[in-house]
Amino acid sequence: MNTLTINGADYEPSDEELGLTLMRYLREKRFLRGTKNGCEQGLCGTCTVVVDGKPLRSCRSSVEKNLGKSIITIEGMEYPDGSLHPIQRAFLDSGAVQCGFCTPGMVMSSYALLLREPAPDREAIRKALRGNLCRCTGYQQIVDAVELASRIMREQDLPVEAGCLAHDR
Amino acid sequence: MTAEKAFRNDGYAKVSGRAAYADDFSVAGMLHMVPVYAEYVSAKNLRVHTEAALASPGCVRVITAKDVPGRTHFGQIEKDYPIIAVDRVRSYGDVCALVLAETRDQALAAAALVRVEAEPLKPVLTVEEALNPYAPVVPGYGDTNIVVEHKLRKGDPDAAFAGCELILEEEFHTQTIEQAYLEPEAALCVPRHDGVIEVYGSMQHPFSTRRFSAALLGEPLSNIEVYTIAVGGGFGGKDDTAACVCARAALGARLTGRPVKMTYDRAWSFRESYKRHPYTLKYKVGVTSEGRVMAVKATMYADSGAYLSVSPWVTWRSTAQCFGPYSVDNVHADVYAVATNNIFNGAMRGFGAPQVNFAVESLMDMIAAELKIHPLGLRRINMVKQDSLTVTGQKLDKHVVSMEEVMNRVVHDIGYRKKYEQCSFGKAEGDELYGIGLAISYRGASLGAEGMDFCSCILNGQYDGSLLLETGIHENGQGSESAMILILAEALGCDQKRIRYRRPSTSNVPDSGTTVATRGTIMGGSAVMAAVAEFKALLSAHLAERLRCKPDEVNFHDDKIWGLNYEYSLSWEEAMRELYLQRVTPYAFGSFKAPDVSWDDTNGQGDAYFTFVYSCQAVELSVEKKTGKVKLLNIVAAHDIGKAINRAMLLGQIYGGITQAVGMALMEDFKLEEGKPVAHNFDGYILPRSTDLPPMTGIIVENHDPASLTGAKGIGEPAIELLAPAIANAVYNATGIRAKSLPIKLNPEDLA
Ligand code: FES
Ligand code: FES
Repeated sequence: MNTLTINGADYEPSDEELGLTLMRYLREKRFLRGTKNGCEQGLCGTCTVVVDGKPLRSCRSSVEKNLGKSIITIEGMEYPDGSLHPIQRAFLDSGAVQCGFCTPGMVMSSYALLLREPAPDREAIRKALRGNLCRCTGYQQIVDAVELASRIMREQDLPVEAGCLAHDR
Repeated sequence: MTAEKAFRNDGYAKVSGRAAYADDFSVAGMLHMVPVYAEYVSAKNLRVHTEAALASPGCVRVITAKDVPGRTHFGQIEKDYPIIAVDRVRSYGDVCALVLAETRDQALAAAALVRVEAEPLKPVLTVEEALNPYAPVVPGYGDTNIVVEHKLRKGDPDAAFAGCELILEEEFHTQTIEQAYLEPEAALCVPRHDGVIEVYGSMQHPFSTRRFSAALLGEPLSNIEVYTIAVGGGFGGKDDTAACVCARAALGARLTGRPVKMTYDRAWSFRESYKRHPYTLKYKVGVTSEGRVMAVKATMYADSGAYLSVSPWVTWRSTAQCFGPYSVDNVHADVYAVATNNIFNGAMRGFGAPQVNFAVESLMDMIAAELKIHPLGLRRINMVKQDSLTVTGQKLDKHVVSMEEVMNRVVHDIGYRKKYEQCSFGKAEGDELYGIGLAISYRGASLGAEGMDFCSCILNGQYDGSLLLETGIHENGQGSESAMILILAEALGCDQKRIRYRRPSTSNVPDSGTTVATRGTIMGGSAVMAAVAEFKALLSAHLAERLRCKPDEVNFHDDKIWGLNYEYSLSWEEAMRELYLQRVTPYAFGSFKAPDVSWDDTNGQGDAYFTFVYSCQAVELSVEKKTGKVKLLNIVAAHDIGKAINRAMLLGQIYGGITQAVGMALMEDFKLEEGKPVAHNFDGYILPRSTDLPPMTGIIVENHDPASLTGAKGIGEPAIELLAPAIANAVYNATGIRAKSLPIKLNPEDLA
């Protein structure tokens, strides 16, 4: 199958596009520029997207390798009405955002973690975010944010699922 | 977790992925530009051959120095930094050509075909070499490698040493540090129909960017309009080099008439951008048997690298704060910046203080150990108190001197005294050694005698009751726009939702200097307050009649404007409409000039800063005997920042600063070999990650500062300047080993 599903919509990359890294394809061909380029070598995590539920550094993977898979980018996290996913909300409320350049990648890594483990402790959160550099915040309020999001989603029984996949809202 | 929710005017854009950074912009017809490096560390007779590159597919133009209409060299102080190198190469970061092509891939391919020739010269790679009288002279101006010399002379240390019980002579070294903002430099420049070039850049200082661009183009400042957009971190590091990236793209746009984008990759950013100065610090300290520091002699050498940048200001701060927050009668300091052919060094958060504090706060613990005095007691005896004199002879009588209060808060919170008794001091049963350590500092707020210190603000009331706010302070991600909005909302007693921060442009608000030196909140906030005073006076004069009171009885709160005794009030909608109906523009311009400071170059005496931020940070850690690995367990920090404007953001600044200091203490080291950077990316330059940090507690002490119109001082830099020595002290208390250079590396053999 020659299709790539991005935030719930299907795309057929051209032959030329198949050879691009997923990051470049998302940024340059799909204009999904929330996925950031901080190092282009798989070292900083700013380009993290979630592919079939797992975090992936999109600068280190080609479009071709991701055919047939479902990709969620930061743009797919909010709900169709523009309201924020609880993880995004929690990042705001916890003061986890400064320059914001790491934020999309952080949100995506957090999303992948909460899909796998709805109630992680702080240690598990720190481990899950190890691949994502942040030079501004010192990580503490980012860990707070993931903890807060996890608590709110459990208390209010909200789906972890990315907003673009929520059909009944 | 903080109770109050954080406020950011850019928050939604940043968590939703909508915030656009320089590389996220594109314009139809845009060309891509890439740099070509000269590939020498030091060379002369530079020749650049562009024919093959020009013939390469998609290549539109190759720019070299001969195409430059204005100045090829520029700088904040000395105009020595080559935006495009001519003839002489002085560092491995020098760029000698710019390649423009239809796509980035084509530009990269063409750039690889540019051929560079030059006659290599023997480079000067260390400060010691540079100080040798026979060494080649690196700078193009002057005739010596000593490019800056500051001195401080107070009292007579030599005489005072004679009466001292203990004299300690020590040497410390700090490393080169990369700011490592996560967004590499980038710019998009668009030629506008009226001849202006619009700049959208990842830069810290729009006005500096405008100066670099106008200089390169040889055009007036008004021909360049620099817009503030989202910036992915700066930490002092996005001035000269980032401004150059913008200037080059502007030149490309001017010469081709097309929009030009220039985006750096990490390797270029590491290679070309200026770093934190590595220092060698030599101290001689004389102390009485009771622990009173009587005399200090300090000599420091900072490697400024190939270009001057702001080395004079960085080393000035090291001079004015040469012996930490201590009052000492006899002090001599000589501080030098020395040119080498290394990548140049410039501004980084902390600005000449972290290096000095590492030495001074290590020394304080070393003295305490020698004299068998408690480290807290030793600090208490010597620290500045209300009305104390600093080493520059400045009397601290214009604000609350809270050094002791701040230290006590940390000591209390972390349980320092008890934990200090539990330190291993090199001996432990198990495999782990435990230590706690602490450091204190004071930091002169804002620029001090370093430079011109003023800021302005524009308030523009709209017909429907909404308000536009603009200041000369630049958002680098620290949340300064949000802080300004909160200050304005509080001062006008209005709902913060009425206020929009206008996207600043260099063609609108006047040049307000650079947003560095922890001056954003104090200067910007004070400018807002100045504009508010004008604005309220204007409104009061024109609304008093409708409110049936005298102008000085009008007051502003609960999102309304009130007359006397709450009898009459106007909503902001009504009030603004009323002004327009009276044909009065609800508009105010406010500007704030920092209180006067003074400095005598001949002896380094004077009122160096108009106020100080007092800080204390403590850390607990363990050291694994087998490996020498340091594990941080807990960090507590207290800072007297005057007044908290945005609590969650303030804590974020504290945690972020601490984390950068952890990097400085334990991991970061930007090594150069033969003048060339060893690291090209984050695998070679190691930054603290989420798993490297322990829980942190930030304590905010608020003694409102009379010098600031909001009472607030600032936090950006105090947060980073003292954890490295606290860690060094804790490592000593754990292992008995004193680290005198950074980053700290422990040898397992020494721990056995
Ligand atoms: S850009 Fe992909 S990991 Fe840094
Ligand atoms: S917020 Fe700036 S890098 Fe994380």
